[in-house]
Amino acid sequence: MKKSISILLAMLLALSLFAGCGSTSSGETETSGSAAAGTETGSDTAATTADVKVGFIFLHDENSTYDKNFIDAAVEACDTLGVEYVLRTNIPEGQECYNAAAELVDDGCDIVFADSFGHEDYMIQAAKEFPDVEFCHATGTRAHTEGLSNYHNAFASIYEGRYLAGVAAGMKLNEMIETGEITEDEAKIGYVGAFTYAEVISGYTSFFLGARSVCPSATMEVTFTGSWYDETAEKEGANKLIQNGCKLISQHADSMGAPTACETAGVPNVSYNGSTISACPNTFIISSRINWAPYFEYMIGCVISGEEIAADWTGTIESGSVVLTDVNEAVAAAGTTEALEEVRAALLDGSLHVFDTSTFTVDGETLAGYQADVDTDADYTADTQAISDGYFHESEYRSAPYFDIQIDGITLLDQAF
Amino acid sequence: MLKQGNIPLFHISRRKALPWQLAWLIRGVAIVLALLVCAIITTQMTDYNPLQVYATMWNGAFGTTRKIWILGQDIAILLCISLAVTPAFKMRFWNIGAEGQVLAGGLACAACMICLGDTLPNALLIVCMAAASIAAGALWALIPAIFKAKWNTNETLFTLMMNYVATQLVAFFVIVWEVPKGAGKVGIINQATEAGWLPQIGSYKYLLNILIVALLTIGMYVYLNYTKQGYELSVVGESEHTARYVGIKVSRVILRTLLLSGAVCGVAGLLLVGGTDHTITTTIADGRGFTAVMVSWLAKFNPIGMIFASFLLVFLDRGASEISTNFGLNQSFGDILTGVILFFIIGSEFFITYQVQFRRSGKKEDDNV
Repeated sequence: MKKSISILLAMLLALSLFAGCGSTSSGETETSGSAAAGTETGSDTAATTADVKVGFIFLHDENSTYDKNFIDAAVEACDTLGVEYVLRTNIPEGQECYNAAAELVDDGCDIVFADSFGHEDYMIQAAKEFPDVEFCHATGTRAHTEGLSNYHNAFASIYEGRYLAGVAAGMKLNEMIETGEITEDEAKIGYVGAFTYAEVISGYTSFFLGARSVCPSATMEVTFTGSWYDETAEKEGANKLIQNGCKLISQHADSMGAPTACETAGVPNVSYNGSTISACPNTFIISSRINWAPYFEYMIGCVISGEEIAADWTGTIESGSVVLTDVNEAVAAAGTTEALEEVRAALLDGSLHVFDTSTFTVDGETLAGYQADVDTDADYTADTQAISDGYFHESEYRSAPYFDIQIDGITLLDQAF
Repeated sequence: MLKQGNIPLFHISRRKALPWQLAWLIRGVAIVLALLVCAIITTQMTDYNPLQVYATMWNGAFGTTRKIWILGQDIAILLCISLAVTPAFKMRFWNIGAEGQVLAGGLACAACMICLGDTLPNALLIVCMAAASIAAGALWALIPAIFKAKWNTNETLFTLMMNYVATQLVAFFVIVWEVPKGAGKVGIINQATEAGWLPQIGSYKYLLNILIVALLTIGMYVYLNYTKQGYELSVVGESEHTARYVGIKVSRVILRTLLLSGAVCGVAGLLLVGGTDHTITTTIADGRGFTAVMVSWLAKFNPIGMIFASFLLVFLDRGASEISTNFGLNQSFGDILTGVILFFIIGSEFFITYQVQFRRSGKKEDDNV
């Protein structure tokens, strides 16, 4: 008796849900058409490009500013060229990356691209196994020495973008000094970095040099989070810097942690990877970012035309790879846009070099030469003279940054990572 | 009014053993209901056809030979960790420190590969790796076990905290071993020499792991059901006083069982670091130390049942990731579906164990309800 009641109840429940399903299934037929058309694989319009398919591997999804920057560019480039594409998000830096790459090859991809530094070893493993497929990897360092014809690195001279963003920061500091908000000696910048890795060092140093080029009294403090994406740690890092008296914050880590901390505290912020103006309308000044669309178009174009992809490709301001977002006029100092246009022109015509050795000192002395570790090896042997003609040649001998010099004026609060 | 005098509208009581057909019927109904709810969510939140979404899920797990192998590999690792926590659970020792035990095993394995990679012949190196991983995993479980056996400390908190210690230890050594400097990652260890990589059987990358875990499953089944030690630990689990009364040394059983538990976690660490990933990161266990708790309970501590339980969880996970890829939906959408399905499956276990009894009908009181 009891049993039969409970069974009856279960069946009733089931029935009521089946009734709900009736309306569902009618909806199914409606949506199935659009569902097929709406899948992430782009439609192949051009006949010549119909055969090319690109697979993308991303460390996180669009919630990370870093990955969003890649995802947007991937969609844009593939749509422009009319090639099919597959996007794989949330792929960790482990065997999962190799698996994802191999699955994309199974899926018929001619190019597999991965966006995170830690993906590199697994991409190389896949590249060795599938010689007929092109493997491209952003931010990696090994392609130029690995000798694999189907494995390629790419990066951009983002230090130039950082320098420009630094100029905007310096102008903001000048404005604050002029209005009496701070004194000259208080012009301290805070910077939240991920690791004490060359890419980060190159980034904050170029940013600082940009700021100091217009605000000579500027100093900088840097803190590290030990992670490329840790919202809490980035927020805490920014708060710590603000408490230390930093009047302006920038960051090289991929979450919204630092920008939102700045918005809460009302401290101006120079962002990275893209505009944060919607979340931080009162503090966002400008952001530099790498636009990956030119590289994606180049890489896909090479495969379509049967050319070889460069083992190590460096995007520049000229190629449209290093870009700045619009200036937030509400926060930035007056005349920022015009000033940046001038500096940008000087960088383009070669009259200005970011790492000009006359603009910085190390332990009080001007550098005459510096051996950089360009060819990656386990012992980090310095192998290439990077300073000549009076400046440090960043991203020329290899696309990924290798400027790892501690210059005067920048204080590292911690170096644990 | 739901209450009539002292008689509630319904009450819940424990069932006597249910015939297996009925138990499976309830489970089946639960899955159908779960799929229906998922279908409603899918149509309400997206424009996609739920049937297409389910087909994609299936494809994500079984679409190609490679996907089936990956599925097998993921099942093997999750099953291995589930097997590890089971003897402890059966003894009512809440070992939720599997995550840390796997990390400890993996760290020891990576240490051998990095420090001894150039000095030892490969076969000897692999023996060292195996011994070190198993010892490290066992040690990580033994520490809380000693405290439990000697001073009756709370093992749930202790094992949980040991996870964080292990994570930080791994984070520390990742910085020590990082390549290149400042990068915060170890990368593939011995990529050029493949020293310390567990051998690959034929062209099947993941076969060795699957075979090892299959043997472990059989071993654990026999151990729990047909050995004296297995019996002893279940007696300790049922009642410590009974165990003491019949002459079982409880503290000894606790230590022995946790050594085993940790050792099997160490094996999982070995298979992950030496067998597939060939690297060490703080996230290499990927939360499976906790998922394993669910696998073990879903299967009611039966190693054979755990094969199905871990299959189910891995299947859902792979399917969810395929959905996000194919439909361009955020991973969270797949996770919502997974959550709904798990909710119903776990819920069905409730209806298998308990029955809901309604107030006797036939009386006129019902009219008032």
